Amino acid sequence: MTAVDTLVLAVDPLLSGDLDPGIVGIVLLKVMVAFTLLLVSVMLMIWFERKLVADMHNRIGPAVAGPFGILQTLADGIKLFFKEDLIPDRSDRVVFKLAPYLSLVPAFLVFAIVPIGGDFSSGDGVVTWFGERTYLQVADPPVGVLFFLALSSIAVYGVMLAGWSSGSKYPLLGSVRASAQMISYEAALGLAIATVFLTSGSLSTHDIVASQVTGNWNVLTTGVVPFLVFLVAGTAELNRPPFDLVEAEQELVGGFHTEYSSLRFALFFLAEFMNVITMSAIAVTLFLGGPAGPILTDTLGWVWPVVWFGLKVFAFLFCFVWLRATLPRLRYDQLMDLGWKVLIPVALGWFLLIGAMGVADDRGWPVVLVVLVGMAVMAGGAALLIGAVSKARAERLADAFPEYDDSPTPGGLL
Amino acid sequence: MGYFRGFAVTFRKMFEKRVTTSYPADKRPKPARLHGRHVLNRYEDGMEKCIGCELCAGVCPARCIYVRGADNPLDEPVSPGERYGFVYEINYLRCIHCDLCVEACPTEAITESKLFEFSFTNRSDAVYTKDELVVDVSTGQPRHLPWEDWRPGDDEMTSGWMRATSSSGDASYSGRVSWSGELGHGVRAPEVGQLDPGTDTDPEGSVGT
Amino acid sequence: MDATVFLISAAIVLVGALGVLVARNPVHAALFLVQTLFGVAVLFVLQDATFLAAVQVIVYAGAVVILFLFVIMLLGVDRAEDLGVEPIVGQRPLAAVIGASLLGLLLTLLLVATDGPTGALGQTAPLGDGADNTRRLGEALFTDYVFAVELTALLLTVAVVGAVVLARTVKGALQPLPVVVVATAEELPGTTEERFGVDSDTEIDTAFPESIEGGDA
Repeated sequence: MTAVDTLVLAVDPLLSGDLDPGIVGIVLLKVMVAFTLLLVSVMLMIWFERKLVADMHNRIGPAVAGPFGILQTLADGIKLFFKEDLIPDRSDRVVFKLAPYLSLVPAFLVFAIVPIGGDFSSGDGVVTWFGERTYLQVADPPVGVLFFLALSSIAVYGVMLAGWSSGSKYPLLGSVRASAQMISYEAALGLAIATVFLTSGSLSTHDIVASQVTGNWNVLTTGVVPFLVFLVAGTAELNRPPFDLVEAEQELVGGFHTEYSSLRFALFFLAEFMNVITMSAIAVTLFLGGPAGPILTDTLGWVWPVVWFGLKVFAFLFCFVWLRATLPRLRYDQLMDLGWKVLIPVALGWFLLIGAMGVADDRGWPVVLVVLVGMAVMAGGAALLIGAVSKARAERLADAFPEYDDSPTPGGLL
Repeated sequence: MGYFRGFAVTFRKMFEKRVTTSYPADKRPKPARLHGRHVLNRYEDGMEKCIGCELCAGVCPARCIYVRGADNPLDEPVSPGERYGFVYEINYLRCIHCDLCVEACPTEAITESKLFEFSFTNRSDAVYTKDELVVDVSTGQPRHLPWEDWRPGDDEMTSGWMRATSSSGDASYSGRVSWSGELGHGVRAPEVGQLDPGTDTDPEGSVGT
Repeated sequence: MDATVFLISAAIVLVGALGVLVARNPVHAALFLVQTLFGVAVLFVLQDATFLAAVQVIVYAGAVVILFLFVIMLLGVDRAEDLGVEPIVGQRPLAAVIGASLLGLLLTLLLVATDGPTGALGQTAPLGDGADNTRRLGEALFTDYVFAVELTALLLTVAVVGAVVLARTVKGALQPLPVVVVATAEELPGTTEERFGVDSDTEIDTAFPESIEGGDA
């Protein structure tokens, strides 16, 4: 076995022996299934989002194409396919054409590391197909979650270059916003995921799911807070409402994709909705035990984990749509404040706390005491920092407005 | 917890009754005074009411009406007066459906129906000529254009009956009909607000309360 | 298999590196740089250094080059430069000399000091297999080399503080943060006329212009 084999194919039992046509066939089948599953679920997701938002607005929503309008996305896709493909005169043509694919490819690749099934409670997540034992995920690299983080940081390029290469002002503003937002929230996202590494002890998605089989889902073992941070940062990373400043229609027309039309526009939307689905799938994998759930029948037992996985992802998708229907868009400074002043410190503090608990566990120190001391230290640190910042601000204000009355009045100090 | 009240609101709304209808399939009943596309009416004997005076064109704020009058042919008059509307065109790309033309018309020739579906594939189709505007000479119905989806009642109330001000500008008027009869509908009864307070009969039922 | 992957990714790296040099547009150069970084990440994977590969993509492609692009976009220097102008006198010949020396050094190392390129994997044994090199790396960094790591962290913190201090231009007293002050008219000094420079004796013509008032009916 070569180095590449050991790495990329990891420990999937399917690939531990010699390669034969059947195994290659199964790998190809898995790739195809992941690909089509993602495409079809994007189609349904767009329909579901439009229908649900319409329900929450007391509207009907798409109702013409197919039963309940379920084929609306398909109709839109066909329409976009046949539209004229415009390339602006002042655009950077090569980059302009490249950008949609830079959005699309990472969105597809992330789904490869998500285990969508497999009986983890009794069978180590292995299913048997056509006499071959395999995992129900396309690949299980040993640095799976880092792979996800790497691809989500690559996804910024699509948005950024699309805005820049359009050669027009609104897309450029949109892409500057997008890159600032995605970089800011990536830090919080990474710190939230890091707590999962601490409790699971692995970076591989398969191992992370396997470590949650007994019902000790990471959402509880990491103490809920990282899960919430992950949700907020993930929503921001997806540029979805209420964090959709990237394409704030009132300010930026369409944001980074203002100048795009036809198929390239469709690719951006495809990527956006695929990212929603993969982000939900990653959240389920990391925090909610992935495909874990009771297996109710013996025949076709491998179907049940897939069903549980699908239901959990669906719950997340519902929440994403619910957020969109409920919350208004954040202002830009609120967005940056939330990311840098709330999420990152909270995620970092929680990460340190979980780390301290792990050390205490190893050394046999009383865990409760360690947690209390840790919290006290962090609260003290936070209080010092806040105190220092507000004192500095008060002094500068006193310098600038010597006669300024410090008592809180409406409309006074921001 | 105030932040979360919004989520409860949107969640509750999912199960409420829809306020919109599935438009091409179901159409909501239209208000009595909806301003739709125009019709040019005829008297009960089939004569056109339009006399080509161009008052409608003069009052139109959008300048969308073009009228040319001509002398009535003596052997076969089109309208009962001296002249008739020889050309009558309305450009629906400009019309704002303000109904000032209806107010201005001295003979109640032009009124608005409740038909609101306009569908053109080129600009010249947006200009409706007399062919499209004059009511049918045998039934008194507006012409049914191919892209219009008629539902019962859409062609009703196209006469001077639906004018907003009191008839002939007489504010003290009550209970009297002072407008001309109309092909297919005859003389319309007064509407509710125009009834004498003493009489309580309501000839048109639910309209105009 | 290994040789194929190596050759392909080496070609990608070299093309990207040449592109960085040749591209006239800074954004294109940055994109070629990303291509090079990806090629190097693949080479890391080939050497079983999966963690390094992931970090290479996350840190370099995902953060450093993004910041390059960010600055390029914000400053609007995304136009091809005029190469006829030499910004620093004597810099180009010096660069040529240093570049040639470095190339000579590398070639010497490759061709003379070793047996030349063989295509074989490095002679050092891999540090564990692909699955646990994250753990190995973590252990090494936070036990044997913890002092160096902490020192680096301190250095970076100092750099950040320094950048903030340098970026903050202070003219006179410290600039206040943006403040919204709502004041009623009575609290402000002077009368309205004084503040807005309006002479209250001037009569403002409030009548309609003739043309509108007496327009044709």
